Amino acid sequence: MRHIISLLMENEAGALSRVAGLFSARAYNIESLTVAPTEDATLSRMTIVTTGSEEIIEQITKQLNKLVDVIKVMDLTDGPHIERELMLVKVKAVGSGREEMKRTADIFRGRIIDVTDATYTIELTGAGHKLDAFLEAIDPAVIIETVRTGASGIGRGERSLKV
Amino acid sequence: MEATGAEIVVRCLAEEGVEFVFGYPGGAVLNIYDEIFKQDKFKHVLVRHEQAAVHAADAYARSTGRVGVALVTSGPGVTNAVTGIATAYMDSVPIVVVTGQVPTAAIGLDAFQEVDTVGITRPCVKHNFLVKDVKDLAATMKKAFIIAATGRPGPVVVDVPKDVTYHTTDFDYPATIEMRSYNPVVKGHTGQLKRAVQMLLEAKRPMVYAGGGVVLGDASEHLIELARLLGFPVTNTLMGLGGYPATDRQNLGMLGMHGTYEANMAMQHCDVLLAVGARFDDRVIGNPAHFAREQRRIIHVDVDPSSISKRVKVDVPIVGDVKNVLGDMLSLLKQAKERPDSAALNAWWTQIELWRSKNCLNYNRNSPIIKPQYVVEKLWEVTQGDAYVTSDVGQHQMWAAQYYKFDKPRRWINSGGLGTMGVGLPYAMGVQLAFPDAQVACITGESSIQMCIQELSTCKQYRIPVKVITLNNRYMGMVRQWQEFFYGSRYAESYMESLPDFVKLAESYGHIGMRIDKPEDVEAALKEAFSPALKERLVFMDFQTDQTENVFPMVEGGKGLSEMILAEEL
Ligand SMILES: Cc1cc2nc3c(=O)[nH]c(=O)nc-3n(C[C@H](O)[C@H](O)[C@H](O)COP(=O)(O)OP(=O)(O)OC[C@H]3O[C@@H](n4cnc5c(N)ncnc54)[C@H](O)[C@@H]3O)c2cc1C
Ligand SMILES: Cc1ncc(C[n+]2csc(CCOP(=O)(O)OP(=O)(O)O)c2C)c(N)n1
Ligand SMILES: [Mg+2]
Repeated sequence: MRHIISLLMENEAGALSRVAGLFSARAYNIESLTVAPTEDATLSRMTIVTTGSEEIIEQITKQLNKLVDVIKVMDLTDGPHIERELMLVKVKAVGSGREEMKRTADIFRGRIIDVTDATYTIELTGAGHKLDAFLEAIDPAVIIETVRTGASGIGRGERSLKV
Repeated sequence: MEATGAEIVVRCLAEEGVEFVFGYPGGAVLNIYDEIFKQDKFKHVLVRHEQAAVHAADAYARSTGRVGVALVTSGPGVTNAVTGIATAYMDSVPIVVVTGQVPTAAIGLDAFQEVDTVGITRPCVKHNFLVKDVKDLAATMKKAFIIAATGRPGPVVVDVPKDVTYHTTDFDYPATIEMRSYNPVVKGHTGQLKRAVQMLLEAKRPMVYAGGGVVLGDASEHLIELARLLGFPVTNTLMGLGGYPATDRQNLGMLGMHGTYEANMAMQHCDVLLAVGARFDDRVIGNPAHFAREQRRIIHVDVDPSSISKRVKVDVPIVGDVKNVLGDMLSLLKQAKERPDSAALNAWWTQIELWRSKNCLNYNRNSPIIKPQYVVEKLWEVTQGDAYVTSDVGQHQMWAAQYYKFDKPRRWINSGGLGTMGVGLPYAMGVQLAFPDAQVACITGESSIQMCIQELSTCKQYRIPVKVITLNNRYMGMVRQWQEFFYGSRYAESYMESLPDFVKLAESYGHIGMRIDKPEDVEAALKEAFSPALKERLVFMDFQTDQTENVFPMVEGGKGLSEMILAEEL
């Protein structure tokens, strides 16, 4: 099962490597990991997308909680939540392909943020599967480059992760 | 008051009431050593290898329950210390290791004797710190001591760059420090406690499985009271030995790979299992699928939630400090009107006595060659069961665990989790320094002892009168045993060639050496070594033991707990 784990930790040098090291040392899967400081600069918030059986996910959350720098851990997938990822895609856009690419981007609520005679760079946000769907909808031959941030997530409604 | 970083380190150690710092100097820590020179609050013990410094600090901690301290220089000092740190980590031992580091401006430049200490030690510490600013030093030291000693204990490394040791700041040692990210749970959940007590009272075939957590958490007395109140059988893990008195009838001995027949059978066939401070290690429950075949309900008490339901699913998890939790269970039990079902309990004990009557630790007592088990039994008699016993890793370790009946906690000091050969002698040093008047024996093998043999020199310098008991089978016996059982007796590289003359070796270090070849000389030799005449001397005893003796019972890897190989079956 795919799980999105959010955590708050002390924003200190080496904090990221403690989490990354934990996943590699214990052979846990890691699909993506994003991290940045929060509105409180002493805190970092991390979103980790991982897969594993219920037992493994339970161990992952326990092991994360055990890290001395980690303040709180929440498995977002335990309740209603929103997941978003940002993707930038650079595509070849020439001739009739230009119009078609624009239309496809519109359908996916993408924005063209950089234009040259021969290329578009498109910005898209959404859950990971939406970004996948966009890439499937366009001709793979026109893709020059893609970059994705990995998922960020937040609980819906009152559900929140704070100190 | 203004102080340099080096002064701060030393004063923090003094504030913590540290008695001994085990260490080895080098460029990055010279300022700290200069401050050590000027103080008299604690004693520095100069080892001969940094690995031994950490082991000795670790043994000091295991035997006293207080935080052990080691100090090493940057680069090779740190890499030498890593084995010691990992050993303490695997057995949850509270130590603080202060490491020198190259000056902050040189970090990352492949400077002389630079290693990424925080990176190298990260996977084998409870936590580590790189102190970049002298202003953070005192608070970091305080945190290190708190983190090492509380919750599930463990090693903490404090890496101090050289420039930080000469920078100055106001020194003020905080009495305590709050860490919002670190708050171990100590009290058990009331609802879970009630469920657990109910379950214990309903048990027909109960079993208590007590681990290292009982020793680490100083909960031995609570465990004894609980077990006696209920009349339940108890087994200890290798790390839990002494947590429940070995000579008590209710004790079934150690369980696991080399556990007793009765302990393993009772573990397998119980209907309610109370696991306290034990982590269902792979050397303890054998094949988890086989273990799960029998129906039983499990209560698991551990201060570390990640130890619970890691390898075995449990029914009543209780996160908390074992002393608190057992204390709460005891009060609930005393209030309860119900008592355990005595008819069921009697039937269970009858079954257990039947298992026990197999006498699985029996061995040939009439052998013309010295049996290693015999040496340990005699040691127990000669020391009246009251010694501190350290061991190395191998067959001798298992015989020590099986035949020295530990009645008190913190008396048995060994490396269970990492299984580090070489710990025995430095462990004995740490214990003997902590308890100068105690009898301290290091049960070792001719291979293990050579991994830290240089410490005989440290023992000479500080007059550490430990008794080294080498069960010399001229083999890496534990390896040889596996090769005999599982590799068609092809003894690849497990024969110990070219052994030194241990008697002369001991003598060259200024100690007493003895070589014992015959069973009839064992007792007299031990008596002499532990006699008042030699109380101040280190005695190195080289017992020439049966080369092909094996450790029984044995649960092969992948097999179930009840599928033991017993001595008589071969
Ligand atoms: C050659 C060899 C053979 C071995 N054979 C055996 C064998 O036959 N049988 C055997 O038992 N072992 C054996 N071992 C040892 C084995 O590898 C493990 O080290 C050992 O079984 C672990 O013991 P434990 O479960 O008591 O856990 P420990 O490693 O002692 O861990 C302690 C547990 O208690 C918890 N804890 C700590 N403090 C507290 C507290 N205050 N309150 C609550 N909980 C706390 C910790 O979180 C942890 O989960 C062998 C080792 C070697 C080297
Ligand atoms: C540092 C280290 N290297 C290798 C091993 C693997 N090992 C476990 S027991 C053992 C043999 C120990 O021999 P000895 O000290 O003579 O003890 P014996 O088994 O003969 O009693 C070895 C090599 C280990 N545990 N530690
Ligand atoms: Mg040997």
